[in-house]
Amino acid sequence: MVELAVAPVTETEIDQQVIIDIGGMPALVRSDSPAFLRMLENRYSGFINPLAQADLELDIDLVSPGQITAEEDVSVRFARGQWIIERGDLRAEWDPASRHGRIVQSANPYSIDTALRIIHSLTLAEEGGLLIHAASAVRNGRAFLFSGISGAGKTTISRLAPSDAILLTDEISYVRQRGTHYVAHGTPFAGELAEPGENISAPLAGLYFLEKGPRNSIKQLKASETARSLLENVLFFAKDPELVALVFESACELVRKVPVYQLTFYPDRRVWELIA
Amino acid sequence: MSDVYISRATRVAARSLDGEMMIMSALDSTLFTLNPVATLIWQSADGKTTLDQIVEQKICPEFDVPADEALRDAQAFVHDLAAHGILYVSDQPIGPATQEGTQ
Repeated sequence: MVELAVAPVTETEIDQQVIIDIGGMPALVRSDSPAFLRMLENRYSGFINPLAQADLELDIDLVSPGQITAEEDVSVRFARGQWIIERGDLRAEWDPASRHGRIVQSANPYSIDTALRIIHSLTLAEEGGLLIHAASAVRNGRAFLFSGISGAGKTTISRLAPSDAILLTDEISYVRQRGTHYVAHGTPFAGELAEPGENISAPLAGLYFLEKGPRNSIKQLKASETARSLLENVLFFAKDPELVALVFESACELVRKVPVYQLTFYPDRRVWELIA
Repeated sequence: MSDVYISRATRVAARSLDGEMMIMSALDSTLFTLNPVATLIWQSADGKTTLDQIVEQKICPEFDVPADEALRDAQAFVHDLAAHGILYVSDQPIGPATQEGTQ
């Protein structure tokens, strides 16, 4: 038998890194600031997994607060084999081949939160997954997504969820393709509820486009009716033609395989009787 | 616009869902849902057949519409898709080598 020598992780290394496990895609985040890492541990507390095998790696270069780039809105472009992510408060490089990146930012939680969403969306796109503006919850072992325009009721339907439903997120849903079906994962990306979702996953059983109305009603939609609505709610930052094509394909595939409904609801708990 | 050749752009995403053709521009992410006539024009855009021929040989027999009306609608459709980089348009036949930069 060949004995493998495994180098132990030293206390110094532990003190300089944290593993944030979102969507079953653990990201090892390195920084030489223990205070910054402790902040991340608090912010992503339900998603910290020191034992996870890192799938993504990020080095953080902390700088003094101030404008880092001239970009006001977030800009994502592909250049020389790397994604360049820029906003006034951050500059990140992400190499999709090595799955390694570097973020220049000040010691605040918002910049890395944006970078993480974008890096996850880019990585997911390559494997047929999507980050979607949607609330999601698990009930009876199955996941349900609730999407719609701002004000359509994502937070409301999350608040109305019965006690046996587990909230995955009230803001950003994380959907991965697993063979011929889809799995929804919890995310720490919270909306108005200001509470992270549970770090669990379940097979995606339905996608509901929300609309508030005078009574509760549900109607199943054709895939062709829903692809446009889904695409309007996909987190999609880059204007790269190949990525556009990937996201388009993923959205079309998802609405083809997952039942999609129009859920009109009057804000009371009985709406959940129509779900599942 | 009589001798107009049209060809599907190479860098677009297209997908048929429930029999409806959906096309997304890779340039600006505009999404088009094509009706059956537009779908037939899209599918016939091989760079070798003129728009006149497509209308005369495929659209008119299939949909029973007057040729002048069908051609007018087809020209507007082609112009719209070309503006979004989804179709290439030329007064010469379009081959793979001549697609880039043709619009």
